Amino acid sequence: MVLSRRGLIAAAATAPVLMRASDALAQGVAPRRGGTLQMMLTPEPPVLQIGVNQQGPTLAAAPKMFQGLLTFSKTLEPMPVLAKSWTISPDGKEYIFRLQENVKFHDGQPFTADDVVFSIMKFHMELAPRARAIFQLIETCEATDPHTVRIVLKQPFQPFLLMFDATAAAIVPKHLFDGRDYRTAPAVQRPVGTGPFKFTEWQRGNFVRMDRFEDYWKPGQPYLDTIIYRIIPDSQSRRLALESGQVMLSQASDIEPFDIPALRQRPNLEVSTDGWQYYSPLSWIELNHRVAPLNDARVRRAMSMAIDRNFIINRLWFGVGKPATNPVASTTRFHDANAKIAAFNVRAANELLDAAGFPRNAQGVRFTLKHIPLPYGEIWTRLSEYLRQAMRQIGIAFELESTDAGSWARRVGNWEYETTINFVYQFGDPTLGVERTYVSTNIQRVTFTNTGGYSNPQVDALFQQARNAAAAADRQRAFSEVQKILVEDVPQIWLTELAFPTIHDKKLHGVITTGLGVHKSFDDVFIAG
Amino acid sequence: MSDFWRRFRRNRGAVVGLVILALVIALAALAPVIYPGSPWDMATAPFVPPGEEGMLLGSDSLGRDVAAGIAHGARISLMVGAVSTVAALLIGVTLGAIAGYLGGVADDAVMRFTEFFQTIPSFVFAILLVAIFTPTIGSVVFAIAVVSWPPVARVVRAEFLSLRSREFVQAAEVLGKSRVAIVVTDILPNALSPIVVLSSLMVASAILLESALSFLGLGDPNLMTWGFLIGAGRSVIRLAWWMSVFPGLAIFLTVLALNLVGEGLSDALNPRLARRRAGGAL
Repeated sequence: MVLSRRGLIAAAATAPVLMRASDALAQGVAPRRGGTLQMMLTPEPPVLQIGVNQQGPTLAAAPKMFQGLLTFSKTLEPMPVLAKSWTISPDGKEYIFRLQENVKFHDGQPFTADDVVFSIMKFHMELAPRARAIFQLIETCEATDPHTVRIVLKQPFQPFLLMFDATAAAIVPKHLFDGRDYRTAPAVQRPVGTGPFKFTEWQRGNFVRMDRFEDYWKPGQPYLDTIIYRIIPDSQSRRLALESGQVMLSQASDIEPFDIPALRQRPNLEVSTDGWQYYSPLSWIELNHRVAPLNDARVRRAMSMAIDRNFIINRLWFGVGKPATNPVASTTRFHDANAKIAAFNVRAANELLDAAGFPRNAQGVRFTLKHIPLPYGEIWTRLSEYLRQAMRQIGIAFELESTDAGSWARRVGNWEYETTINFVYQFGDPTLGVERTYVSTNIQRVTFTNTGGYSNPQVDALFQQARNAAAAADRQRAFSEVQKILVEDVPQIWLTELAFPTIHDKKLHGVITTGLGVHKSFDDVFIAG
Repeated sequence: MSDFWRRFRRNRGAVVGLVILALVIALAALAPVIYPGSPWDMATAPFVPPGEEGMLLGSDSLGRDVAAGIAHGARISLMVGAVSTVAALLIGVTLGAIAGYLGGVADDAVMRFTEFFQTIPSFVFAILLVAIFTPTIGSVVFAIAVVSWPPVARVVRAEFLSLRSREFVQAAEVLGKSRVAIVVTDILPNALSPIVVLSSLMVASAILLESALSFLGLGDPNLMTWGFLIGAGRSVIRLAWWMSVFPGLAIFLTVLALNLVGEGLSDALNPRLARRRAGGAL
């Protein structure tokens, strides 16, 4: 048993309380106890039991009550939470987590290794498809003593640790779920976790209230007395609530992009797009390769070159986000900055299409493509309207079709589309969040798989190589290679690295300290006097 | 004819309405000349206020010219209003004529069928139809026509009921004219005036319906309409009031004009009614 580099770093950082406090001191403000933090939750989730519900609002609110073994820094290095240290065997197959002692659930029961084994092998394995896909690689998962968990994998899987954040695999109390139907157990309605805040009250359509957990395992924390999530369905009312100080923090899509510039002007508010590194959502024009001429790489490349991504970021998203440069977001691990899609150049795009044998007809149109705007709100419709004008410049007519969210998912899942817009989370590692869109083994009639039907044996082989390699350097080589191929082939036309602004009162400290931003426990967040 | 015009002119509001309507039609007809190119083209920077950088009515969130949008939108709005009214008239007049002329079982059957449509709130029904058939210009016109014909059928039926027992109809029947000929050449021309008045109001309500559908994002996404302009401007109204105010004014003026013209037509076509109304006012 050899301590890996990462394990050593983790062992050196076993004093998280001191670290956090010193972080705050570095900002020049000492943590202060007390106060109520009001935030917003949009839209209202059906339940707050993570695992039973995995939608965005739940992922943001539930980690105040539930914790994972680890969390991740802005560079996606693992940081200790319920696991105070961990070791990985040199062959990359055996993981040993040493757990925090003296941790209690909100109902007073102690937290032990049994809860971890139950959460991984039963709870999330049954409930969460994403967790199941990866936890299937586990050969054995056992509690070797009350505070040690040993996991042996069937094969090395380097991104394995990324699955241990609260949003991916929160630790739930075994004594409240084991032997019950996980979806209907009483604890689903009144969540019980190890987090710094315990569930108090939920008035549907109005607010969710959580109060300070007095027996929290970090001494002196959390600093806040109460967290209240207000449910405010209208976006302009949310903006007003933030401006009037009724709420102190907005997250995810609480605030519409066009309201951001005005909020940036307010001296008491801090606007940050940091803290989404773990998710790194990337948007693209989703192309169906079964529709001619989208199976022609020259056509796809020309379409990509006709798009001014800076315009999209500056005009549509009001400067929030970044132009995409390749299929791996720049904040995801193994992004290769040298692999870049061709720059915006309408003339070159037209020449490429001329050379590819698609002449313009009398109306200046080379060919017509149907396009379904993403039905997730107005901004996506504006994006498709922009793209239609951009495509017109190279003689491609985009014909827009409106659908609702349900039909969109069904049509994309059934390959019944020509072009549409999509955006997908990357979960920190290309094997977890990028591979699925491009490998031919994942061509399925399910959304967020390779619905476009792109197939390239070389790409398949490289992703496979990266998945199986145990060393980061080997994986980087394979990922760099595959990024180089993909930016030439342009299987999907990447548009932007989306960012979601977190806007909060400047009196609020310690909001974004990790790569998961507002999806953290908030045990170190405080309101300065 | 000059008599008709004289009576129409007596209603000053109607003349104003007619002038506004003529201007809107002229705007629609001349849109490709005044604003060549597509109204979707990005002409300038986003959110340019009215009057600056050559944007008469300002620009929208993508830098598109709002004035060009209104001019091109007039074509679609008027076209939708006209076509869906014609379609609704075809259904309504046919069913109303059958019910009113034949009477009896046919009357009962047609009127129950009409009531079935009247009990459904028309806007909700229109939303439902457009959602089912996916929003295209065809489905929007279809939906508006389907929800607008019942009043026509009822009015036509009432007219036919009273006209079919008049002497000139009986005379035509004695002469051995076919039923279809009697309906088309004898009764219908005499029932025309309420239909004309009603249809001018129907065009107005069709424009409103289309705008409401587009406002909700259920318009044809490939066509610029007034409702779309307002819908796109609604969320940024604190940033760019001109994006929703000017298209709103366009709808307001057009619908008002059509209503005024409708009233003028009603006065002109029913001289006795108009005189009584004028007398009452004195």
